[in-house]
Amino acid sequence: MAKHETPLLDELEKGPWPSFVTDIKRQAEKKPECWDILGQLELSYVEKITHWKHGGIVGVFGYGGGIVGRYSDLPKRFPGVEHFHTVRLAQPASKYYSTKHLRDLCDLWEKYGSGMTNMHGSTGDMVMLGCRTEALEPFFYEMTHNLNQDLGGSGSNLRTPANCIGSSRCEWSCYDTEEACHQLTMHYQDEIHRPAFPYKFKFKFSGCPNDCVAAIARSDVAVIGTWRGNIRIDQAAVKEYVAGNIPSNGGAHAGRDWGKFDIQKEVINLCPTNCMWMEGGELKIDDSECTRCMHCLNVMPRALRPGAEQGATICVGAKAPILDGAQFATLIVPFMKVSADNEFEELIEFIEKIWDWWMEEGKNRERCGETMQRLGLPTFIKVMGLDPLPQHIKEPRSNPYVFWQEEEVPGGFDRDVEEFRARHAA
Amino acid sequence: MAYDPANPMVDRISDIGPRYYAEFHPPVIAANKGKWLWHEITQPGVLVHKSETGDECWTVRVGAARLISIELIREMCDIADKHCEGFFRFTTRNNVEFMVDSKAKVQPLLDDLKSRGNKFPVGGTGAGVTNIVHTQGWVHCHTPATDASGVVKAVMDELFDYFTSMTLPAQVRIALACCLNMCGAVHASDIAILGVHRKPPMIDHKRITGVCELPLAISACPLGAVKPAKAMVDGVEVKTVQVNAERCMFCGNCYTMCPAMPLADPDGDGIAILVGGKVSNSRSAPKFSKLVIPFLPNTPPRWPETVAAVKGILEAYAKDAHKYERVGEWAERIGWEKFFEKCDIPFTIKSIDDYRLAYDTWRTTTQFKYTSHIK
Repeated sequence: MAKHETPLLDELEKGPWPSFVTDIKRQAEKKPECWDILGQLELSYVEKITHWKHGGIVGVFGYGGGIVGRYSDLPKRFPGVEHFHTVRLAQPASKYYSTKHLRDLCDLWEKYGSGMTNMHGSTGDMVMLGCRTEALEPFFYEMTHNLNQDLGGSGSNLRTPANCIGSSRCEWSCYDTEEACHQLTMHYQDEIHRPAFPYKFKFKFSGCPNDCVAAIARSDVAVIGTWRGNIRIDQAAVKEYVAGNIPSNGGAHAGRDWGKFDIQKEVINLCPTNCMWMEGGELKIDDSECTRCMHCLNVMPRALRPGAEQGATICVGAKAPILDGAQFATLIVPFMKVSADNEFEELIEFIEKIWDWWMEEGKNRERCGETMQRLGLPTFIKVMGLDPLPQHIKEPRSNPYVFWQEEEVPGGFDRDVEEFRARHAA
Repeated sequence: MAYDPANPMVDRISDIGPRYYAEFHPPVIAANKGKWLWHEITQPGVLVHKSETGDECWTVRVGAARLISIELIREMCDIADKHCEGFFRFTTRNNVEFMVDSKAKVQPLLDDLKSRGNKFPVGGTGAGVTNIVHTQGWVHCHTPATDASGVVKAVMDELFDYFTSMTLPAQVRIALACCLNMCGAVHASDIAILGVHRKPPMIDHKRITGVCELPLAISACPLGAVKPAKAMVDGVEVKTVQVNAERCMFCGNCYTMCPAMPLADPDGDGIAILVGGKVSNSRSAPKFSKLVIPFLPNTPPRWPETVAAVKGILEAYAKDAHKYERVGEWAERIGWEKFFEKCDIPFTIKSIDDYRLAYDTWRTTTQFKYTSHIK
C-alpha cells in the first residue's frame, strides 16, 4: 500500500486538539493499510461523499452480531481497505482497563486488524475498525482463548449494555451500576450475540438523575438511580458553603468570577419544586415535595447526599429520531430496588415481560418505544401488570376519547335498535 | 492450540462476555468503591474524590479523538504504567482518565502529559466544553451526509480554550451525528451537529431486485413516498420502486433497507445545527435539541461555516445565560425569538415543524417578545 498525497487531511494536523490524521499516519508506519484509510478519506474530502459500500453480512460462526461488514467501493485504488469490517468488543463495565488487557488487545489487533479503533463506540463497545473477512475467525479464536474477551452486539439484538462510573468513583450513585451492567450483560449473552428481536434493544445504567450515560435519551430500558426519604444534610458543611469556604458545584465554575456564593439565589431559588428554605442558619428541605432533580446536590456535594434508601427509577422506550421522531424513555416504575443480593431478579423479570410483549407485537424494525406509542401507554401498563399512576404522565389527557372496554359499561355494547325505535321515533 | 480453519467449531469458546470490571479497578478505586463522600474539581481537568476512609482519588482527564490507533493506546498504557499502577479508564465521551492516589502524584502526571505534544490535552471538566461524542462519518460509514472526525477536530480546535477552562454558565455538551440515523444520539445535546441529506434517493433499477426486498424498501418510508413501480432494464421489464420526491423528507431510511437507493450527494449533503437539548434531570426535565440552522454546506477540511455557527451560539450563551443555566434552559427563559436574535441566526421556515406532532411546537398563546423579526 502506497502513501497517498493528502493535502486536505494534512490541514487537520494543525491546531491544539489531538489530530486523528497524525495518529493514523503514525499507525501507517507499522500498518501500511492505514495509508489507504487516509487515501480514501482524502478522496471523500475532495468529492464530499463517502466511498464505503452499503453493508455486507460477515460474522463469526454461531454469532449473528458483533461484526459489521464494511467494504470500500474503490478496492483497486485502495486495496488496504477493500475489506474493512468493524469488530465490536464488549467493554468492561465503567470502561476501566488494566494496561495488560489493553496491550494484549492492541497486539491482537496489530496481528489481525488495521490497528485503528474507536475507544469507544456510541453504545459503549470497544470498536476495532478494519479487518479482512478471513482474519475474523482467527481473531475471535485467539481473543476468546487467550484474552477471555468476547464480542459485543450489533443488529436486531440486545446491544452491549453500558453504565456510568457509579459508586466506583462517584458519591451520588444510588445503586451499583457496574455490577448491574455486568451481571445483566452476562445473563443475556445469547440475546446479545444472536438477533431475535424486532429491532435493537438497549439497557443503560445511570447511578443518579444526572444520568451521565444518557440512559433516558437512548435506551429502551433506562435504569436511573434515585432515592426515597430525606436528602442527608451536613449543616456544618452548608455553613461552610454559605461562608464561601468550599467552592460551589464542586469547583465547576471556578474559571469565572460569578461573585460570592449565594445559597438563596443559586440553590433555593433554582429548586424546581421550591421545597427548600433557610431557617436559623440551617438549610431546610421539605423532602415530600422534592423530585430529586440533583441540582442542590450538584451545587453542594459536601453538604448534601442522596437519601439512604436507594434504588432506581425505570424508564422505558427511548430512541433517536428515526423514524417517527426522538423519544425520551417514559417513567414506568418510580422506584425499584436494584440489588446484586437477589441477582437483580426484579429488574430481569421486568425486562423479560417487555420482551415477551414486544417480540409478539413489535413490527420489523420497530423500537420498543415505538410499539408503546403505536399501541398506547395504557396498553403497555396493562401488559406489564402495573397499576396506572399519575407519575406515568406529565398531565392527564386533554381529549375525551377513552377506549372503554365492553365489560366496563353496564349492559355491555349489544343493544337492540328495534327496541330503541319502539321508544324513539326516527 | 491455534485456530484451525478446517475445523472452525473445534474447541470453540463463546458467550463469555466482557472481562469483569473489578479486575481493572485501580487499587484506590477497589478499596473505596461505595465509600466516596464528595468530589471537587481543583483545576480544569483535575478532580479529587474523597472517601470516608480518608483516601483520595485524583483524576486527570484528557481529551482524545474517538478514532485512535493502537500506538496511541499503547502510549496511554505507558503513562498509566508509569504513574497509575497500570490502570486507566475511558469516559462515555471519549475522554481518558488517569487516576492516582495522592495529590503529590498529580503534577508529575500533568508534566508527563504536557511533554507529549498536543496528544493529551487536560480539561473537559465542569462549566466548559467537554469532548464531542460523534459517529464514523466518511472514515467508516456507508450512509453519512458529512464527515465526523474532521468536523469534530475543526470545532474542538476552535473551542479548545473552553475545553481547558471552566468559564461557561454550565457544562456544554456538543455531539455530532453524520446522518439522521443519529448513531451518536445527538437529539439531547446542548449543541448538535447533524449531517443531513437534501436529495431524494436515486433508484438503481439494474440492481434493486437482486439486493432488495421491495416490500421492506416500500414500508421503510415513514411518509409513504416509496411506491411499487416497473422499469425497463436492457429491454426487460423489472419490478422496482419509485419515489415521490414531494413527500421525501430525506431521512435515508429507504437506503438503510435497500442498497439500491443511494441518496448521498456532494451538493445535497451538509450539516444542520440543533440546540438546547439535555439529558440530565437537574432543575428541568431532559429536553430534545431543536433545529435552528437547517443547512450549512460540507466544506472540508475545516468546515468554517459549521465551526463559526457553533462558536457563535456558544459565545452568545456564555455572555447571556445565568450561572447553572444550560443552553436549552437559557433559550426557554429568554424565549426562542430572543435566542435567534442574540445568536444572530436568521429564523427560517425550516425551523417550524411540519412533521408528526408538529402542533405541540406551535405557539398557542398571546405571549411573545417583540424582536427584530417583527417588522
